[in-house]
Amino acid sequence: MNTILKVLKYQAKDALRSRWLIAYALFFMLITDGLLRFSGDPMKAQLSLVSVVLFLVPLVSIVFGTVYLYNAREFIELLLAQPVNRRQMYGGLYLGLTLPLALAFTVGLGLPFVLRGADATFSGSLGALLLAGVALTCVFTAIASLIAVRCEDRLRGLGAAIGVWMLLTVVYDGVVLFILAVFSNRPLEHATLGLMMANPIDIARIALLLRFDGAAMMGYTGAVFLRFFGNAQGVIVSAIALVLWVYAPVALGMRAFLRKDF
Amino acid sequence: MREAHRVARVVAGVMVALVVATMPAAATIPRVPAGRAPMVVEVSPDGPVRSIREALASVARGGTIVVHAGTYRDTTIVVAFPVTIAGAGDAILDGEGKRQIMTVTSDSVTVRGLHFENVGVAFTEDLAAIKVVRASFCTIRDNRIDNAFFGIYLQEASECVLEHNELRATRTRDATSGNGIHLWHSREITIVGNRVSGHRDGIYFEFTREAHVRDNVSTDNLRYGLHFMYSDSCDYQRNTFRHNGAGVAVMYSKHVQMTDNRFEGNRGSSAYGLLLKEIADSHLQRNVFSNNTTGLVADGATRLLADHNQFVNNGWALKLQASTEDALFTGNDFAGNTFDVATNSRSNTSTFAGNYWSAYDGYDLDHDGTGDVPHRPVRLASIVVAQNEPALILLRSNFLLLLDAAERVIPALTPETLADSTPAMRWVQ
Repeated sequence: MNTILKVLKYQAKDALRSRWLIAYALFFMLITDGLLRFSGDPMKAQLSLVSVVLFLVPLVSIVFGTVYLYNAREFIELLLAQPVNRRQMYGGLYLGLTLPLALAFTVGLGLPFVLRGADATFSGSLGALLLAGVALTCVFTAIASLIAVRCEDRLRGLGAAIGVWMLLTVVYDGVVLFILAVFSNRPLEHATLGLMMANPIDIARIALLLRFDGAAMMGYTGAVFLRFFGNAQGVIVSAIALVLWVYAPVALGMRAFLRKDF
Repeated sequence: MREAHRVARVVAGVMVALVVATMPAAATIPRVPAGRAPMVVEVSPDGPVRSIREALASVARGGTIVVHAGTYRDTTIVVAFPVTIAGAGDAILDGEGKRQIMTVTSDSVTVRGLHFENVGVAFTEDLAAIKVVRASFCTIRDNRIDNAFFGIYLQEASECVLEHNELRATRTRDATSGNGIHLWHSREITIVGNRVSGHRDGIYFEFTREAHVRDNVSTDNLRYGLHFMYSDSCDYQRNTFRHNGAGVAVMYSKHVQMTDNRFEGNRGSSAYGLLLKEIADSHLQRNVFSNNTTGLVADGATRLLADHNQFVNNGWALKLQASTEDALFTGNDFAGNTFDVATNSRSNTSTFAGNYWSAYDGYDLDHDGTGDVPHRPVRLASIVVAQNEPALILLRSNFLLLLDAAERVIPALTPETLADSTPAMRWVQ
């Protein structure tokens, strides 16, 4: 446990000093403030932020994560020369990467709302937005760690990171839409829900949809969607799916890290 | 031949009317005693007169029956001459779930301050708390009606006033539930300040003309908050229709005026704030549509004028079917809706001008408050969803956003002519 905390502390300090992370927070601050200022409507600003969060948070998390871990290689090797528990060390690395990113995101997006004194009616949807962003950060830094551990070559690792991001952000939904169009005469509700749960960005997106487009989601005639969205079951299933999306890459990455010969 | 039929029908109608009008008086009301009948008769559970039926037998024409607090269980009360029946205290008329409570067959009857409850349910007959049959100038005011099948039922009535009544039912099935305020073949009825909840339709009109519906609140009804068909020249002002199973449906009528009404929170796959079906020459002004699955459905709304309405936080603000011709939407606010306008046709004969769209991404270089580039409110996503419903789950996904961006550059699927060429930069309201 001690090792986790120590590595985490060092990593977090190091990451927070990183110019990229500060730029990331500043960027979110700027875009949120700009949207609030120019739309003049917190609701509208939040709606625009949904797209920004779903697009940018995974990209930054996965790219920054892989690059950062490649750069930390010497530090890792140095530490491994000491008698430390590798399992705990990996945990420390992962958390030391994830927490500063999540913090930068939360501050960047939340601060303008707080400063502009957005009223309580928007705090619920702001909370959902922040939660979705933090969850996506956790998932994509986990994938980043996995890639950094598994890929020796940093160029290939970076390629893989961007590939995974492309796949999950754009290509996946395109394929789903294609499937829906091809099999449009069949009842696909269950299958669609399953497909959505298999992509963390889609899970976060649907959680936000329920917040921002609840009225439209109730318009769907299929009983499956309605039942799923209508009660706590949907929330629980989505939460479990997200946790699995963090757990699986972390577990896989840890296994690779334990066996890896530096 | 047709003339003969019509004459026969009129004669038959008059005869039936005569028979019905006189029959209950002869059959159920004991003869008014000789001498001067009292102008005021008091009814109380332990007084000399213990039921409204007894009071009706003794009160003078145009007199008043005062009903004191207590519970009265009696057979259906038939009011066949002009009289005022007024509650003093909580006078409960209990139908015991078996029968209609009061039938009014005379002109100039006033019923106020009574508490009706437990009307019987029948599948062959529309039992009501108060049914007015072929009468004029009735006033039904300040009554409370609980757990009724039908609440206030006007059949071929005219020039009546229904005011400040409170109707509450708690049935859960369409089939065993009746309408709160039900008008059939009536004319010039004023309906003001009533609250209706838990009925099948809150307010229902069929073949009714010149009704004035103001300041009513119709909520949580199983089907429609307001439902009317074949009812021309009616006006609706400042009413609230909230959380009804399917919202409000108005069909097959002309010259309907709807002003300052609120349509809120009607959610479900076939729920809408307001459905206009085959409505001609009607005017929607300053209404608020918020948090509905679909705000307004215009299906055959010919020459509709919709101005200064607000469409806020709906799934679909406006569904414009191809059957709607020459509608004009101007000065409305469309904000925070998932889809502002959806349509099932690429051609369009409606006009949009000077509306505010929160989704507008144009600019106003000359600062005259009007956007410099037209706004096309129909999104590609709404067309994709219309063709393939489960695709709704891909809403706001990056893939759909990409498609939408491409569609905006070169419209291939969205109707090109459906555009607001003078979009407002700020809220109109």
